[in-house]
Amino acid sequence: MGCHSREYQAVETKLQATTWICVPRALVSQHYSEEFGKVNPLRKVPAMKDGEYHLAESIAILLYMCQKFKTPDHWYPSDLQKQAKVDEYLSWQHAAIRAPASQIFWFKLMMPITTGNNTLQAKMDSRLEELNTSLQLFEEYFLQDKNFIVGQEISLADIVAIVELIQPLGSGLDIFEGRPKLTAWRERVKDSIGKELFDEVHELILNARDLPKKMEQSAMLPHFKAWLQKILN
Amino acid sequence: MVLELYLDLYSQPCRSVYIFAKKNNIPFEFKQLSLSEGQHYSEEFGKINPLRKVPAMKDGDYQLAESVAILLYICRKFKTPDHWYPSDLQKQAKVDEYLSWQHAAIRAPASQIFWFKLMMPIITGSNTPQAKMDSALEELNTSLQLFEENFLQDKNFIVGQEISLADIVAIVELMQPLGSGLDIFEGRPKLTAWKERVKGSIGKELFDEVHELILNARDLPKKMQQSAMLPHLKASLQKMLN
Repeated sequence: MGCHSREYQAVETKLQATTWICVPRALVSQHYSEEFGKVNPLRKVPAMKDGEYHLAESIAILLYMCQKFKTPDHWYPSDLQKQAKVDEYLSWQHAAIRAPASQIFWFKLMMPITTGNNTLQAKMDSRLEELNTSLQLFEEYFLQDKNFIVGQEISLADIVAIVELIQPLGSGLDIFEGRPKLTAWRERVKDSIGKELFDEVHELILNARDLPKKMEQSAMLPHFKAWLQKILN
Repeated sequence: MVLELYLDLYSQPCRSVYIFAKKNNIPFEFKQLSLSEGQHYSEEFGKINPLRKVPAMKDGDYQLAESVAILLYICRKFKTPDHWYPSDLQKQAKVDEYLSWQHAAIRAPASQIFWFKLMMPIITGSNTPQAKMDSALEELNTSLQLFEENFLQDKNFIVGQEISLADIVAIVELMQPLGSGLDIFEGRPKLTAWKERVKGSIGKELFDEVHELILNARDLPKKMQQSAMLPHLKASLQKMLN
């Protein structure tokens, strides 16, 4: 849900772009407001406005910024084959990484405040199995012996990957544990982004443990419970 | 050196690559693969694509997976007409926006419906629980509404007056449920009109050729019952219910 807000913010700060509207990252009801509906009728974050022009989907926004602000080549290499490898990761990750990692995060978080825990546990185990398979492919096919996904330099692929892989940590599951290769890659990504920015952008999610309590008080609670019920069906 | 495209036309993303390459007269070797026969698990194919998925592309020693990546690669390498992936920054981003959104919003539920309706009863011997079917249908319906209101709006095609990669990727996914007997165009005149424009732009002959397998998919489950892949398919379907 709010996941890609983090890397949207990350790139924004790096470029010191000042023309973007900062969409609140709080996972409360703000994306259902009438006002936000005009910014993004898909009612999702991240969302971007550049004058009258609207754009949704983090990948589209990242590519737009790359091109508009002519960011350094390594982010989205002009070399045809390297560029295609970035595209390949960005495409594969939707179903292989983002979907299971997001669901694991929400299931773990919601467990204390909801019922149907056995079903939830079974689903979580299923998603975990999926994520484990994907992480193996991540290491063996995408990363291999390179420093970063498409070579010796960081690209959009690494940014998109890192934010998804940090998410489960917010619910207490450290997927880097027992994975030295993945951990080494994470450290290189953190260094390349800069420790300060990396820590700043992940502060909210790494303190997400109080989110269920907040949600119990939120007007969105029935909505979350309904969403959860649908998944449990 | 000619491109090698590893495709199974029962698969939606394979169809988009096939349509695009054919339409633009890109020379390629059509390496037909049968997923139902488990050919993607062969040792040979493992060397072509360790992800063991289709479509897969080889250009000399260079290997690439994921239809969106392959489509963009072909666009750029062969310098296809601009409308496919416009050089205009804002139009291009609208293609990227659709290509990103559609993974979870269209592809996932539309694929599920195909498997739930057609494959589940024959492969596992029981029908898909109604609640699951309804859930997938509801997701797809919501997405189709967004497709019409947010992506298509009053334009001829997704990003404007001309067809682009977004429309190709969209059409192959929206045709898939038809293979299982569900016509999602029924009762949706705006979507139907768009489909006809896409068909007209691609060319009726190519459109029909590429969809022939899927529109005759009714015998697929029976074929699969004889396949060595059967236990694997049963396991996959079981997982889909989780």
